[in-house]
Amino acid sequence: MLRFVLTRVGLVIPTFLGIILLTFILIRLVPGDPVQVRVGERGITEERRLALLHEMGLDRPLHVQFFDYVGGVLQGDLGISIITKKPVMVEFLTLFPATLELAFFAILFAASIGLPLGVIAAVRRGSAFDHTVMGLSLTGYSMPIFWWGLLLILLFSVDLGWTPVAKRLSDDYFVDQVTGFMLIDTLLSDDPMNEGSFLDALHHLILPTVVLGTVPLAVIARMTRSAMLEVLGEDYIRTARAKGLGSIRVVAVHALRNALVPVVTVIGLQVGTLMGGAILTETVFSWPGIGKWLVESIGRRDYPALQGGVLVIAALVMTVNLAVDLLYGLLNPRIRHRR
Amino acid sequence: MKRRLLGAVAAAALAFGFANAASAKTLVYCSEGSPENFNPQINTTGTSFDTAYPVFNKLVEFIPGTTKLQPGLAESWDVSDDGLTYTFNLRKGVKFHARGGFSPTRDFNADDVVATFNRMWKKDDPYHPVSGGEYDYFNDMGMPDLLTAVEKVDDYTVRMKLAQPESPFVANLAMDFAAIHSKEYMDAMMKAGTPEKVDQEPIGTGPFIWANYRKDDRIIYNANVNYFRGKQPIDRLVFSITPDQATREARLEAGECDVIPYPNPANIAKLKSNPNLQVLEQEGLNVGYLAMNVKKPPFDNKLVRQAFNMALDKEAILAAVYKGAGKAAKNPIPPTIWSYDDSVQPYPYDPEKAKELLAQAGASNLKTDLWYMPVQRPYNPDAKKMAELMQADLAKIGVTAELKTFEWGEYRKRVQGGEHMTGMLGWTGDNGDPDNFLGVLLSCTSAREGGSNIAKWCNEEFSALIDQAKQISDVEKRTELYEKAQAIFHEEAPWVPIAHSVVHMPMSKKVKGYKVHPLGTHIFEGVDIEE
Repeated sequence: MLRFVLTRVGLVIPTFLGIILLTFILIRLVPGDPVQVRVGERGITEERRLALLHEMGLDRPLHVQFFDYVGGVLQGDLGISIITKKPVMVEFLTLFPATLELAFFAILFAASIGLPLGVIAAVRRGSAFDHTVMGLSLTGYSMPIFWWGLLLILLFSVDLGWTPVAKRLSDDYFVDQVTGFMLIDTLLSDDPMNEGSFLDALHHLILPTVVLGTVPLAVIARMTRSAMLEVLGEDYIRTARAKGLGSIRVVAVHALRNALVPVVTVIGLQVGTLMGGAILTETVFSWPGIGKWLVESIGRRDYPALQGGVLVIAALVMTVNLAVDLLYGLLNPRIRHRR
Repeated sequence: MKRRLLGAVAAAALAFGFANAASAKTLVYCSEGSPENFNPQINTTGTSFDTAYPVFNKLVEFIPGTTKLQPGLAESWDVSDDGLTYTFNLRKGVKFHARGGFSPTRDFNADDVVATFNRMWKKDDPYHPVSGGEYDYFNDMGMPDLLTAVEKVDDYTVRMKLAQPESPFVANLAMDFAAIHSKEYMDAMMKAGTPEKVDQEPIGTGPFIWANYRKDDRIIYNANVNYFRGKQPIDRLVFSITPDQATREARLEAGECDVIPYPNPANIAKLKSNPNLQVLEQEGLNVGYLAMNVKKPPFDNKLVRQAFNMALDKEAILAAVYKGAGKAAKNPIPPTIWSYDDSVQPYPYDPEKAKELLAQAGASNLKTDLWYMPVQRPYNPDAKKMAELMQADLAKIGVTAELKTFEWGEYRKRVQGGEHMTGMLGWTGDNGDPDNFLGVLLSCTSAREGGSNIAKWCNEEFSALIDQAKQISDVEKRTELYEKAQAIFHEEAPWVPIAHSVVHMPMSKKVKGYKVHPLGTHIFEGVDIEE
C-alpha cells in the first residue's frame, strides 16, 4: 500500500512542475504585453514601454523570471497583480469561496438527482423511462453552458420572474465577507438591514447551480446506470434474489453499494470539469468567482494573476484526483497491487 | 412539486427583498467591470474612471452631457495676458468625506490641490511611487513638461505656471486624472503605513461617499449630505458589476438594474419597445477612420487618397456595421466639438471618379493591405465586417486589398510604428478640445514612429495652424484656425473618416435626469429615481 501511495504522490510532482512551466510559457506566448494592453489608441514611445517593462521586471531573461517565480511559489508567494497591485493570493482567496460554493451546490444537485435517475434507469433497463433518461442525459452532456444559462435566465428570470437574473445577493443587501461563503456569511450577519439575506442568497444559487450541475448530472446518471447494470448481472445479486430478499433491498443495499465505487470516482473527476464550467457559468450569472477574474487576467496580460490562479486550481484538481485515486486503491485491492 | 417549491422560495425571497428595499432610495447601475482601483490619477480605463467619478471633484468640471466647463472646486480662474499663469480661486467651506475611521479636521484648501498635483508630477514626492506610480493620463496630456509650478498663494488661491501658452490646459484640469485628493487623508495613510489605501478606499469631496467594494461584485456609495452642490436626490448608489452584455440586458428587463451601459446595438430596438424602459442616445465624442500611410507609395500621392475617399460606400457601412447607431464622418473631429466645420463638402461615393483618379495617379491595379482591429471599440463596433465591406468596395475600382489583423496590443504597436499601408483605428476624446483630436491624431509631432498619427502624415501648414491655435485662448480665433486646418485635411485626405458612433444608454423609465455624457463617463450626480 505504501508503495502505491508513494508512486501516486511521486507522479504528482512532475505534473505540478509541468503545469507551472506551461502556464508561465503559454501566457507569454500570447502576443502583446501588459504595457501594450494598457496604452490604448494614443501610443507610447519605445523607451517608455521598455522602462515600464523594466519596472515590472518583465525585461529580464525568461529563465530568470521563471526561477524567480518558482522560488516565490515554493514559499507560497504568487506575486502581485499587475493591474490592481494587490497580492495574487489575496485576490484569489477573496473570489474563490464564491466559486467553491457554486461548485459544491452544483455537484450536490448533480449527485442527488443523477444517482437515483441512473439507478432507476438501470433497474428498468429498456423501458421508456430508461430511454428518456439516457436521451436527456446525452443532451445535458452536450449542452453548451453559456447558451443554456442564458436560456434559463430568459425563461425563469425575465419572463416568469421566479429567479434573480444574476449575482449572489440582491443589491439591497451588503453582507461583510467573513468566510466568503454567502450562505454562511448571511447567517453570521447581525445587521438588521440584512434580514432575509440568507433566503435571498439561496434564491440566487438556484439557476447557476442547475446550469453548472447539468453536465455532471448527465455524467453521473449515465455512469450510475452502467455501473448498476454491471453489478446487477453479478452472481451475488442472483444469490441475494434467490435468498428471497426484496427487490428494493437487493438494489439499494447489495447492488448500489458496489456500483458506487466507480461512480464516486467519476464524481471526484468532475471537479476539473466543474472548474472549467464555472468560468462560463460565472460569466453568465455575473458570479464574482475566480472564473471571470482569470478570463480578465488573460485580456489584460496580468501574468502573475493568471499564473497564480491557474496554478492553485490545477493543484486543487490534482489533489482531488489523487485523493480519489488513493481512495480507490484503498477500496479495491486489485488496483493497489497491480504493477 | 419541484416547480412549486421553486416558486415558494422565490416568493419568500421577493417578499424579504421588497421589505428591505423600501428603507433607502437606491439606484442600481449595472456596470461592465471591476475598477483597477479608485484613484483616477493612476488608472487608465473608463470603467475605473466611472467608479471614482461619484467620489471626487476637480478644480474645473464638465457640465454633465456637454463638453462645456463649469467651476468645480475652483470658483473662478484668471489667465495672465501671456497665457502662462493660471490663478484659481478655490471654493470655501467644502468638506472632505468622513469614513472608515478618517474624519477631516479642516475644509478643502490649496494644500490639497498642491499635494494632488505633486503626487503625479514630482518624482521625489513620497506618494509618487505608491500603487505602481504610473500617471498615464497626466503624462499623456503632456503635463510634466507643460507645468513649471503649482503653488499655494494662500489657503484659497492656487497658481499654476506653464512653460508655454496652451489653451486646452483648463479643459485638461477637468479630466478624471485631475481629481482633487485630501492631503490630510494622504498624510494619515502614509503615517499608518498604508499609503495605497488612498487608491483603494477613496476620500473626496464629491456627491457620493464611497462605502464598500467587493471585487467583481458591487460598489456601494452613500449620498454625501455635506456636498457643496447640495445632497443628491438618491440615498444610495450601487454599481452592480455585470460584465456580460446579454446578462446586463436581462437584468435591466427583469428590473434588477436601473441603468446599464454598452447594450448590444442589435437589441436597441427591442429595448426601446419595452414599455418600462427608455433608451437615451447621444453622438459620442469619437471618430472611426481608415488611415492611409503616406510614407508608403502610392499613398504619398493625394489623388490616390482622394480616390479611396470616393470608393468607400459609407452609407452601406453605417447600415451594416453601426446598425443605425452612427453618423457618417467628413471631418476628423466629431460634430459635438466646437470648431467643427460643417461647410466641408464630403467626398461623394463615386467609384467611377475614383477609378479616374487612380488612373491619373498611375496607380491602376493597385495592391494594398487593409488592417482592421481585432476588437470592438466605441467608435467601431465591428472592424472586421467593415474591412470586408471596404475590400468589396475597393475591388470595384480595381484595388486588391488584403485584410490583416493582429492581437490588439500588437496591432496598435504595429500601426503606430507605420507598418501598414492602410489601417483602421479611431479615437475617443479626452477633454472635448479640438486639439485633442487634431493635435493628437494628425500633427507632425505625433507622426513620429510609434506616435498616434498613423497616417504618418506631416503637413507643415496644417501642423503650424494647430500649434498656433493651441497657444491662444480666444475661442473665435481658435475656431478660425481649426476650420482652416480642417479644409487642409479634407483636401489632403490622409484618412477616410468613417463615422462617429452614437452612444445608447438603456434605463428604467423611473430614472430621471440622467444625461449621456459625450466624454463617455457615466455620471449620477443629480440623477433621481421614482419610487
